[in-house]
Parts: sequence; structure tokens; C-alpha cells
Amino acid sequence: MIRPQPQGLKVTCNTGDPSFPVGAETTILGLETSCDETAASVVVGGHLVRSSVVSSQVDIHARFGGVVPEIASRAHVDLLTPVIAEALVEAGVDGPDLHAVAATVGPGLVGSLLVGVSTAKALALVWDIPFVAVNHLEAHLYAALVEDPSLELPVVVLLVSGGHTMLVAMEGHGRYRLLGSTLDDAAGEAFDKVARYLGLGYPGGPAIDRVAMDGDPHAIAFPRAMMAEGLDFSFSGLKTAVINHVRKHPDASTADVAASFQEAVVDVLVAKARRAAVQIGARGLVLGGGVAANSLLRERFLSACVEEGVHGFLPSRAMCTDNAAMVAAAAWWRLGSDGPSGLDHGADPNLRLPLIG
Amino acid sequence: MLILGLESATAQVGCAIGGHEGVLASSHSSRGKRHAENLTPAIDFVCRQARVELSEISCVAVDNGPGLFTGLRVGVASGKAIAQALRIPMIAVSSLDLLAFPLRYTDRRIAAVIDARRGEVFWAFYRQVPGGVQRIGEPTVGSPDELAAELLAQPGETLLAGDGAIRYADRFLDRANVEVAGGDHAHPSARSLVQLAHARALREDWVRPQEIELLYLRKPDAEINWSTREGA
Ligand SMILES: [Zn+2]
Repeated sequence: MIRPQPQGLKVTCNTGDPSFPVGAETTILGLETSCDETAASVVVGGHLVRSSVVSSQVDIHARFGGVVPEIASRAHVDLLTPVIAEALVEAGVDGPDLHAVAATVGPGLVGSLLVGVSTAKALALVWDIPFVAVNHLEAHLYAALVEDPSLELPVVVLLVSGGHTMLVAMEGHGRYRLLGSTLDDAAGEAFDKVARYLGLGYPGGPAIDRVAMDGDPHAIAFPRAMMAEGLDFSFSGLKTAVINHVRKHPDASTADVAASFQEAVVDVLVAKARRAAVQIGARGLVLGGGVAANSLLRERFLSACVEEGVHGFLPSRAMCTDNAAMVAAAAWWRLGSDGPSGLDHGADPNLRLPLIG
Repeated sequence: MLILGLESATAQVGCAIGGHEGVLASSHSSRGKRHAENLTPAIDFVCRQARVELSEISCVAVDNGPGLFTGLRVGVASGKAIAQALRIPMIAVSSLDLLAFPLRYTDRRIAAVIDARRGEVFWAFYRQVPGGVQRIGEPTVGSPDELAAELLAQPGETLLAGDGAIRYADRFLDRANVEVAGGDHAHPSARSLVQLAHARALREDWVRPQEIELLYLRKPDAEINWSTREGA
């Protein structure tokens, strides 16, 4: 099979090759199926997004109040084929134009991950191009670099989603240090649980965001757990405090409760992100993950950056939530540093971010 | 016409390639690595053995269940990706049909029985027809005892095949008119898949990748809980 190859690029399919030539023309198809978004994207040169298609299953899971793994896996099998087709058509490329296929291999729901991994490996085999295994958390770190490739490192990334709450120092490509993480619930999980308790529906983040607009954020002084101690987080106490408050004051305004809860979460997230940036002398602060779509968090985060004199970067909402462009972007860097992954690669639901030190 | 068959509905994962000349090469493994790790290298291996380029394939056949959900999806997702990339059609064959097909020379009724875990089995009955087998009734999920009761109610002899039949053999074998086929018949095979798909491909009885439907026979737990709650 002969395919047009970008200048200066030699595309081979030897796995175990420590490095692989990637360039500004290297075109990668990324797939993301780790949770409840079925996504495919074509990215050129690690940051030029030619297409990014996301099919959300939110409506399918809404009546269960959370993501149901088996339902998610079934939906991925049905949705992935049309999502890939759309991503390729929108980007105006086909197999012969691609140089690699990447997929999220973890962390996430194992059944869901396997749909994306199996699909990506099969495509790589048919097109005779490398398969690249991508860590979902690393992909989130690269989301900001997709939208601002000139971002100067080191940066501190505050990654907040339904599954994760962590502060990561990104010192270089592939060089990460974990500065802090949640000891119990993820921030997004706290939003979901509180929203469900308040009867605001699922997903909890947008629901609380909306209701809180009409509430007084200072109406109730909810606890700011571990505010003074280190860079780790804890949200389960706050969730309990909200439930206890509503039990004691059944006619408290839902808007006030939602606004005060949101205020407490955002206070802690922003204070710690800011402290982390100072601690490592970061050039920038970056927000990522599904909770980064929260309006109050976005607003506070930016003002903290201004006050601290660091470059603040807020990726678009579409880039903060799960998408495949960030997967293709991370794959571009990984392919360059580690080479292709083996076709016998599986999924790892508990995959951790590779850390230094 | 060359057909690539992928089968991963039970503890075994298999891949075969074939056409007018029959099965050219195949690979089956029921131990070791997990389905997703095994399948892609197996496809590569089988193509090399058969000296076939993937681009020469004109149809992808998959086992669409019933079976173990995660394994099933590994085969179906891989098959859909290959068909999509090559712009070729697909054929889905039930795992139960694949279990019954190799027993087509017996004159007994056949019961294909797959272990569904959680103390249940998937099953369907078959009878012989010229050139193959024909299913009698719909595929079912239930306890081995329900299947045993159904066997008891039927006159004549039955030959059982599949990992579900082997696992629960003691529930079925107390009847003189029942026999459980040996270990060779424990899993659906990718060879049978290619053979059955070939016959259907000749009739152009195929679908597009996005039209493949999986035969789960069991709702996700959350939906079961939900409908119970709704009903209450
Ligand atoms: Zn995520």
C-alpha cells in the first residue's frame, strides 16, 4: 500500500521503537470512549484540530442519575462507527491520509474503554499505521496545548471532573508531578450528589450552576475542608454538611443552598490552585475537566491568575469536557517520545498519570 | 470472495479467513491473554498464514451473541472498524447458531447452550436441514433448571453443545435421551462463522457496519432495577 507521506517523515510500524518521527503534518485520528462520551477527532501536528465530534450519552444515563457502565458500553458500540465517519468526513481525510490512530486506554470504565481500544487497533491494522495508547488524564493535560500551543511550561493544571480532582505540575512534555488530589469524592461527584439531593437532576454540575445564579452564595457558611492544609482536597464533608443543613432547614431556598455549596467548592479549588502555582513558580495556571465548564469557577480562576500575575488559561468548554482532540494531541507527543504501542495493548481502568520524582 | 470472521462471545477468542475454497486459516485461543489483547494480533497472524492482505477481504463476519458482554463487544467493535475502513459489508451470526452448526450430521435435536454466568444459560434448539441446521424457537436466557424442564417436556433425543451444557451437565444428564457433546464443542468457532457467513454472502444477505445489532438477551442491571422500581 502506498500512501502520500509528509516531508521529512518516515512512517514505519515497528513497535518498541523508542521514538517516532512526528512533524507538523503528522495527522492522527483519536478516539475517546472512557466514560459516557463517544468521541473521534482528527488533529494535525499535535494541535491543529481538523474535526472533533462528540456524541454525549448524558440523556441516556440521566434517568438513572449517573453513568451506568453496561449502558455506556452498549451505546459506544452503536455510536462509534457514525462518530468516526463524521470526524473523517468533516476533516476531509481518509485512511491513507492518516499517520496514526490513538485511543484512550485508561483510566475509565473497562467495558467502554475496550470498545475504543479494539476499534483503534483494528483501524491501525487495516491502514497499516501505528496505534497509540493514550492515558486519559494526560490527554486532559494536553487539552490546553491544543488551544494554545504557545503555552509556556511549567504550568499547574487544575483537573476537575466527575472522576478526578487533581493539581498537576506539568514541567515538560511527559513530565508531571502530582501536587494534590482528592482524598474522597471528586468535585464533579460532589456536584452530582448534591444536585440529586436537592432534586435538581443529572448531570449535577450544569444544574447547580444554573440554579445558583439566583441564590446568595453567602447565605450559608458551608465548611471549606482542608483549606489551610497542603494541596489535597476533600469534598465528602461538604456534601454531608449540605444534606444536614437541608434536613435542619427544610424550607431553605434551594438557590441559596446551591449557590453557597458552589461557592465553597470553588473557594477551595481556586485557593489551592493559586497556592500550587506560587509553590512551583509556574508560568501559567490551566483549568481542565468537566467541572471547568462551571461559570463561577471560570470567573474566579481567571481573577486569581490576574492577582497572582501568572498566565491563566481557560480552554473552551468543549475542550475541558471529554473529547477526542485532546487524545489525538497527547498521542502526537507520545508517538514522538515513545513510538507506537503494540497491537496486543489492552485497557487499564485504573491507569495512573505517569509521574516523575 | 474472502470473508474475515471474528468470534469472541465466550471465553474463547477466534479469527478465521476463508471463502469459496473453505477456511484458509484460523486461530482460536481460550487461555492466556484477554480478548482485546489477543484479537488484533490474531487477525494479523491469520492474514499472514493465509497470505491474504486485509484489503482483499470483501466481507467481515462477527458473532453477535448472546455471550459475555465485554468479550462480545471486542469482536464486534473490531469487525465494525475493519468493515468501515475497507468500506465492505458485514454479516452477523448468532453464537448459538455457531455452536449448533458443527453438529449438523446428527439426527438428534440439538440444544446450543452458552454459560451466561450468574447461574444462568443462553440456549436455543435446532433441527437438521439439508446443508445445515435450522433454529426452532427463539434464543432464551434462564436457569439450567428451566432448560432441564424444557428438555424433559420434549420427546426424542437431544444433543447439547456449549460451555453452558458442559458446566451444568449434571442437571441435564439424569435423562437417558440427553447427551452433552465433548470439549471440542464447548465454544462457537470462527471457522463455522466463516462457513455460515459465506453461504449468506452468496445471497448478498449482509448489512452495513452501523446496522449490526448485538443479541444481549439481558438488560443492563440498572434498567432491570429501574423497571422494577417503575412497576412498584
Ligand atoms: Zn475526562
